[in-house]
Amino acid sequence: MKRNHTAAQSGPLAPRADCDSRSESPTIEPERYEFFEEPKYVFEPDRRDFFKIAGAGIVVCLVAGDALAQQPGQRGGRGGGGPQEIGAWLHIGEDGQVTVYTGKVEVGQNIRTSLSQVVAEELRSPVASIRLVMADTDLVPFDNGTFGSQTTPQMASQLRRVGAAARQWLLELAAAETKVDPEKLVIADGKVTHRASNRSFSFGALTKGKKQTKTIAADVRGTPAADWVYAGTSIPKVDGRAMVTGKHRYSADISLPGMLHGKVLRPETLKAKLVSVNLKDAEARPGVVAIRDDTFVGVAAPTLFEAEEALAAIKAEWELEADQPSDKNLFADLKKPQGAGQGRGGFGGRGGQPRGSVEQGLAAADHKLAATYTIAYIAHAPLEPRTAVAEWKDGKLTVWAGTQAPFRVKSDLVRAFNLPQEKVRVITPDTGSGYGGKHQNEAAIEAARLAKAAGKPVKLIWTREEEFTWAYFRPAGVIEVNAGVKKDGTLTAWEFHNYNSGGSAIDTRYDVPNVKVEAHGSPSPLRQGSYRALAATANHFARESHMDDLAHAVGMDPLEFRLKNLKEPRMRAVLEAAAKQFGWGQSKPATGHGFGLAVGTEKNSVVATCAEVAVNRDSGNVQVLRAVTAFECGAILNPDHLKNQIEGAVIMGLGGALFEAIHFDGGKIQNASFGKYRVPRFSDAPVLETVLLDRKDMPSTGAGETPIVAIAPAVGNAIFQATGVRLRSMPMAPKGVKT
Amino acid sequence: MAAIAELLVNGSKRRISAAEERTLLSVLRDDLDLTGSKYGCGEGKCGACTVLIDGVAKRSCRTSVGACTGKQITTIEGLERDGKLHPLQDAFLNVCAMQCGYCTPGMIMSGVALLNKNTNPTLPDIVQAMEGNMCRCGTYPRITLAVRQAAVALKGGGR
Repeated sequence: MKRNHTAAQSGPLAPRADCDSRSESPTIEPERYEFFEEPKYVFEPDRRDFFKIAGAGIVVCLVAGDALAQQPGQRGGRGGGGPQEIGAWLHIGEDGQVTVYTGKVEVGQNIRTSLSQVVAEELRSPVASIRLVMADTDLVPFDNGTFGSQTTPQMASQLRRVGAAARQWLLELAAAETKVDPEKLVIADGKVTHRASNRSFSFGALTKGKKQTKTIAADVRGTPAADWVYAGTSIPKVDGRAMVTGKHRYSADISLPGMLHGKVLRPETLKAKLVSVNLKDAEARPGVVAIRDDTFVGVAAPTLFEAEEALAAIKAEWELEADQPSDKNLFADLKKPQGAGQGRGGFGGRGGQPRGSVEQGLAAADHKLAATYTIAYIAHAPLEPRTAVAEWKDGKLTVWAGTQAPFRVKSDLVRAFNLPQEKVRVITPDTGSGYGGKHQNEAAIEAARLAKAAGKPVKLIWTREEEFTWAYFRPAGVIEVNAGVKKDGTLTAWEFHNYNSGGSAIDTRYDVPNVKVEAHGSPSPLRQGSYRALAATANHFARESHMDDLAHAVGMDPLEFRLKNLKEPRMRAVLEAAAKQFGWGQSKPATGHGFGLAVGTEKNSVVATCAEVAVNRDSGNVQVLRAVTAFECGAILNPDHLKNQIEGAVIMGLGGALFEAIHFDGGKIQNASFGKYRVPRFSDAPVLETVLLDRKDMPSTGAGETPIVAIAPAVGNAIFQATGVRLRSMPMAPKGVKT
Repeated sequence: MAAIAELLVNGSKRRISAAEERTLLSVLRDDLDLTGSKYGCGEGKCGACTVLIDGVAKRSCRTSVGACTGKQITTIEGLERDGKLHPLQDAFLNVCAMQCGYCTPGMIMSGVALLNKNTNPTLPDIVQAMEGNMCRCGTYPRITLAVRQAAVALKGGGR
């Protein structure tokens, strides 16, 4: 699935930050993301351009070279980028306005708020005084994309340093004015004060008439979490009012003068070739532009209704390929790996080095347990489908597009239209979610092609059916586990193979002397890609279900069994916190009810969930009544927004756990609508309780993904306790549980 | 194709010229620039396009504009009055009953329709009334809490 991309580099600044300026964060392996390649060239930014964009004042920028210098032992920037790679920049204007420029995208994870908070913290200024310019490729430094739970560990820590450097600079400017030592000055509430002489300076007064830039010195550090005043608190969502009034404009809400509405002709099946097309009837309609370019066929019309009618008037002939994707033998098909072992295939990946001998470990076991788990394809189904508005003006293409990776969309446009970098601008308004499903946006190219043909701006909104069919899916997978345990509950052997769903969180963190873990890439019948937490959900489901079975085999309580085999203090802490809040071991479930728990880690944060389910004996219907989740991601930036992420992840996770699955046959997605594809709704929501463990002594890590990984096994384990039935396929109960 | 010339939206008469079979959602968004109502599915299953028609929650993606003449249409943009938010909008902000916000206008309109006819909705009432509104980010418990908070505020004379 790897694709070659040309440089995504451009804009007046030609700035480029490298995501590898990964201060305080673990690396993410490129192979875990199918859409991943860095720009080919890195050019020196022209400092004057900062002021062209933002006006006079002062600019602090973080260059990746500095960040990397802070991380001895980290590998260098992608593509060996030079010292001038800009990660983020901050401008303080003559009016005192603080503006931060970052390539990250807001997709509901509330980073517009949390990133504002960390800058507010360093500038000792209210959050409302900080403005974030995000994801406009002409204005912000290059960014690979918003995924992998990297915004908090990378961008937030970069911005803390940027803010701290700006604070220091403001103090120096004020010191020059007052002729006193900077240490005698205080910065608070958006101004610098010299108390002894009772003089204060607004930020604007200090930056007036200046056009100066600074890069951050290597020794600049952010304020320690223990001293936070603005960060670490539950500041409300900064743009919440625009959301509840309907005023926020997503990509689909952008309107331009003379704009047309576009529609694209889709093939009859997933694998079909266009043989011929007749556009005459479509073109004959008033105001309609219809085009064919290579395999692309589309129309643009003054209204959506007219565009739909014009599309329906196109006569096309398709040649269907003989081998159409079908899920009839899906899991057997996925067991035919492209390459066994580590790191091959799009969704292979890693697995730690083997330890000991699984054979000997199994021989030493009192109980052996082998089982196969399966994972279905599921859809991200972001409520805002792929959308774009494209405009060509004076040879420059501007596209508003919802995506998690605006620079990737830009590079796709550069390639598709053979344009110089500086002739393409992608603007990504805060987007209607992504969950890993918007690493690109084909609607951008399609809208741009139609706009080029029409000579007018074009808006294109994918239908729900298009989104369900032509986007990409969370990979399906097969997982085989073979394990051994002694009578006293000591694990002796652990062998784990994942076919196709990937290598995230594939290694067991339990203490086992004999281990073999491998991820295998497989030929996927469907287009597959990243999904919130990647394969960590599948791998935790198999591992934590299997651990539950092993506990049962030796007659131990599942909590006790896990704690016996688990040394990692952070994982033990969340497991014990969740169990305590849940009242684990304090009571027995009612008839038809069950309790289950699971623990896990991914992206350097840790999670444990305890669940109570009720299974209806007659209908087999599963209702999750209560879910208690304990979560730890280092120092918490915004407790309420963190809780919101955890709650949302648990509820989203219930869908994949219990009923979500994409069905396909004859090259067609069989359930490409919300009428046929069931997602969690109000009635599915359990009572949720969340325990946050705030580790102010640790760097902040991401939280958008990891909270999703424990709910499926916790629910499966609870169903097992309620019914005695072990469910090893996700989704576990699309039609209820047969007891 | 008959053309519709006028709609009553958010208390105002709005001049339009729209083929009667066009969806209300498209006319609101594309002709009147009221983009708070969202497209999510086009089949009435997600609720992102919910508006009030004569006070009742309707899916504007499944409603032809021809069926709306002479009726009072209220969109998310019409809830705020004199700079004051509807208590349910306030409650959504209070409990942060959103993440990406794309479902939020439809959620609020469905919630307002419920509160208009039920001043003290129970949890089952809320679930029943709002089951057709989808939040893929999973903020349902917060939305439920917001509806309850708004019910209390409305009783206290919030509006």
